[in-house]
Amino acid sequence: MAEELVYKKPRLLTDKDFHFCPGCSHGTIHKVIAEVIDQMGMENSSIGITPVGCSVLAYNYIDIDWVQAAHGRACAVATGIKRLNPSKLVFTYQGDGDLAAIGTGETIHAANRGDNIVVIYVNNAVYGMTGGQMAPTTLLGMKTVTTPNGRDAKLHGYPFKVGEMISQLEGVCYFTRQSVHTAAGVRRARKALRRAFELSMEGRGLSFVEFVGTCSSGWKMSAVEANKWLDENMLPFYPLSAE
Amino acid sequence: MSDIRLMKGNEAVAHAAVRCGCDGYFGYPITPQSEVLETLMELRPWESTGMVVLQAESEIGAINMIYGAACTGKMVMTSSSSPGISLMGEGFSYIAGAELPCVVVNVARGGPGLGTIQPGQSDYFLATKAGGHGDFNMIVLAPNSVQEMYNFVFDAFELAFKYRNPVMILSDGVIGQMMERVELSEPLPRRTDGQIVEQMRSWAVTGKPVGAQRNIVTSVQLDPIVQENVNHRLQAKYKVIREKEVRYEAIGCEDADHILVAYGCSARISHKAMELARDAGHKVGLFRPVTLFPFPYEQLDSVCKRAKGFLSVELSAGQMIEDVRLAVGCRARVEHFGRMGGVIHSPNEVWQALQEKLLNR
Repeated sequence: MAEELVYKKPRLLTDKDFHFCPGCSHGTIHKVIAEVIDQMGMENSSIGITPVGCSVLAYNYIDIDWVQAAHGRACAVATGIKRLNPSKLVFTYQGDGDLAAIGTGETIHAANRGDNIVVIYVNNAVYGMTGGQMAPTTLLGMKTVTTPNGRDAKLHGYPFKVGEMISQLEGVCYFTRQSVHTAAGVRRARKALRRAFELSMEGRGLSFVEFVGTCSSGWKMSAVEANKWLDENMLPFYPLSAE
Repeated sequence: MSDIRLMKGNEAVAHAAVRCGCDGYFGYPITPQSEVLETLMELRPWESTGMVVLQAESEIGAINMIYGAACTGKMVMTSSSSPGISLMGEGFSYIAGAELPCVVVNVARGGPGLGTIQPGQSDYFLATKAGGHGDFNMIVLAPNSVQEMYNFVFDAFELAFKYRNPVMILSDGVIGQMMERVELSEPLPRRTDGQIVEQMRSWAVTGKPVGAQRNIVTSVQLDPIVQENVNHRLQAKYKVIREKEVRYEAIGCEDADHILVAYGCSARISHKAMELARDAGHKVGLFRPVTLFPFPYEQLDSVCKRAKGFLSVELSAGQMIEDVRLAVGCRARVEHFGRMGGVIHSPNEVWQALQEKLLNR
């Protein structure tokens, strides 16, 4: 029987080994981005901006032009690129520490100006790269290395739903929340990302694509446990968008 | 046909930006430099040259927009004043680390803290020694007239692209706010996107041609050996800049016994003080560093070889004086004079200080 090739690594993913931990969502999200850019034929017109955090090295894995931004400043960097290069697809890739804490100001104002950029926001409720500290998005009661007894609202405030806030702004044309912890989720995510890229190139405003992701190391869980924990704890608080 | 006008230094910066072919300006209002952004918004260059002008949400936003736009090989600039320049320090470090060209204008005011909105020259250390974290230098040009505010925008862009390095025009509230005659040059066309790809594709992020090598603009190197090599490359570049780009003006220094050393508005004030001293029969010269980095160490020493006393005149507690001391070593007396916090010294005060600190000792 002749073999049939049903799946292969996306063309725009490089051969470099991921530095991500087993069970981390970043690798899958990288794959989805590489696939959508290739499908849309935008390899030569895409410029990505990496944040500070685990995904700082995204430029090692997706074969397009990249800029590495200072912590939290990706949306301002994207604004500078897009304003002077309106024909390019300009997107940021940011974690919740980068975007929802130190970069809140830059994010909100890019959104409010309606800059035609796509913000890919990966929310795993902790600072991954620095070792699992509390993020603005950390759930109440959730244990991290800086909330060893669990996040207490009286001490640390409340988990921050950035997407819901951003979506209220006039300059935002699209907000969606996705996850890639199931095969169906990956399919939906691919569709959502494509829609965001298309809207951006139509000049409709800022698109905000949130991924609720896992951080197995920061959460101190196995890959399987992390996926389960995401389902049971993250998604009730950060509900995925309807299809 | 020459185009001669009367305008403020800040307005001259805006006209220079449009006429030098600048692609984008990102700025945030702060006194005493807001006329740069205001004039650009009045000139509406997006309708003439296609230049983008955007009011950012903060100086942090502005400098990161500059970082992003500079990554694409375009000519971009911002302007601010001292407290805003402090906020941009992170960006300067990233821009220098990633080796990007850009122009920053600092119309300095009195500090520290929020300070005053009146002129100051207490950002000398910031501009020349410590613009941000890490080992890096910005090229620093110090205009002392409205004409130089205009001309130095052109010069700054040339240097920024020659060395792929941030260039700061360190001005002050006097030079930014005062009105003088200025001759505007013929506008230069902006480079086309095609020309930018052709000239800058070796490093710039312009969208990776299909199948070609991608470009990555970054200042992070997790391997310390690689990072050290980046540092060696930067230092080699700064060495060339030190050797080739020193600029200064020396007035009556060759035969002078005493030298006033001053830049920016203090150079204008000291020029008058020099005339007062010469009227009184003293051989006094004026040495004006035009580049503060690279500082004209050797030139100050050799041009003023007869001088036995130097007075560093600056609107600060004495910052440039450290470089004057480095330049002349122990062979001559080096003193400082300067009002602070937004107070501007008069020529007479400089002349008095010269007598007290050097001539009458």
